[in-house]
Amino acid sequence: MNLTLRIWRQRTPEAPGAMTTYEVTGISEDMSFLEMLDHLNEELILSGDEPVAFDHDCREGICGACGMVINGRAHGPERTTTCQLHMRHFRDGDTIDVEPWRAAAFPVVKDLVVDRSAFDRVIGSGGYVSVPTGSAPEAHATPVPKAVADLAFEHAECIGCGACVAACPNGSAMLFTSAKVVHLNVLPQGAPERGSRVLDMVAAMDDEGFGGCTNTGECATACPKGIPLQSIAHMNREYLRAVVKGGRGR
Amino acid sequence: MALATRTARPPSLIGSVWRSTVGKKAVMAVTGLIMLAYLVAHMMGNLKVFFGAGEFNHYGHWIRTVGEPFLHREWFLWAARAALSVSVVLHGVAAYQLSRRDLAARPAKYAHKRPRASYATRTMRWGGVILGLFIVWHVLDLTTLTVNPNAQEGRPYENLVASFDRWYVSAFYIAAMLALGLHVRHGFWSAAQTLGAGSPRRDRALKFLANGLAALLTCGFIAIPVGVLTGVVS
Ligand code: FES
Repeated sequence: MNLTLRIWRQRTPEAPGAMTTYEVTGISEDMSFLEMLDHLNEELILSGDEPVAFDHDCREGICGACGMVINGRAHGPERTTTCQLHMRHFRDGDTIDVEPWRAAAFPVVKDLVVDRSAFDRVIGSGGYVSVPTGSAPEAHATPVPKAVADLAFEHAECIGCGACVAACPNGSAMLFTSAKVVHLNVLPQGAPERGSRVLDMVAAMDDEGFGGCTNTGECATACPKGIPLQSIAHMNREYLRAVVKGGRGR
Repeated sequence: MALATRTARPPSLIGSVWRSTVGKKAVMAVTGLIMLAYLVAHMMGNLKVFFGAGEFNHYGHWIRTVGEPFLHREWFLWAARAALSVSVVLHGVAAYQLSRRDLAARPAKYAHKRPRASYATRTMRWGGVILGLFIVWHVLDLTTLTVNPNAQEGRPYENLVASFDRWYVSAFYIAAMLALGLHVRHGFWSAAQTLGAGSPRRDRALKFLANGLAALLTCGFIAIPVGVLTGVVS
């Protein structure tokens, strides 16, 4: 396959960036999108140019490091991460636009790399459970009903890639935060901090400068892990419950 | 101690709710639902216009005497007006503040453009502004009668017909009611989400209810200027 790529290039966080056009040839449809970019970078290095900077780590869709907006969609046309997106979803001769996540809370570091540490601070504000130290508790000490375990697991699938923020016209982190809140709030292990968790994580989310939710649904469409839009309603429910209870646990 | 955790909760609960995006949205949802409930009652009352001047003017008179002798004349009316005014203001202020925040949270646009979200969702902000302007005109026209061509106190039927007899007034009214339908279509479902009523099981029912309410209000309100323009109401 031969492709025309239009990629956002930006040398430093302060420098103005621009979409820059590259022609790549000899792309196999079995390559992942990142391998295609590797291919481009090899050519750029050989010709003495600066390679395109992008984030990646596991390359198997579980770490959430890779993230870029491809043709206006977070992680591209398929419901998967960029590292798991294959070139067979494009056609020979296509022009592909590649841009970094766009959000005030995710400043561009370089090219396609953004600083997502805002997510870490949201997690730090409430994404934990209190456990007594000592020997490991007996595995059956706290029974978890199957439906609750499934619900928690569905939300635990969030890999924190930031596609929801990138897709949201308001740069809102509601889907991410709700995945984290619901994951722990429905489990008995998370019950002691149930109220303070949602209040603290929503406050941290607001402090980072993410926008509010207008229920456009763009986030859930973009999410590579299929976190449902209803998670946001679930978190709102937890939030209002915590407010009514005056911010305590349980 | 260098503890990074937030130990002290903001002193006022109402203040912290209003400061948070989730709390402010809840305020928008509640005030929106108050206005929506009012609109359903308002529309049903207004359809009395199809039963003639006597019945419609009698209804207008009744609104002023509801609750008597327990309430004084017009107390109910003024209580409703106060609740609606507070709702409109809170809804508008919250929408303005949240919109400013939302726009600031996405300073750079994508070079690759594509429409995001449904039409009803994308038109919430400007649709809301249009509805706000409409409310001002509507009150000046049919409540205070400031800009009404007939302007007879206690004769709402004649005032209404005189106003809608001008085609451009009816056209503006109909356009505003279409905007209302779009606003309610997204707004009702969104309010349910915001108040935590949404769930995978209820989603279809909520969307159906939102579309039903939007269609009912739009058709019900539009029927009145159409009735006047076609001479059914005169
Ligand atoms: S590189 Fe880990 S999810 Fe893509």
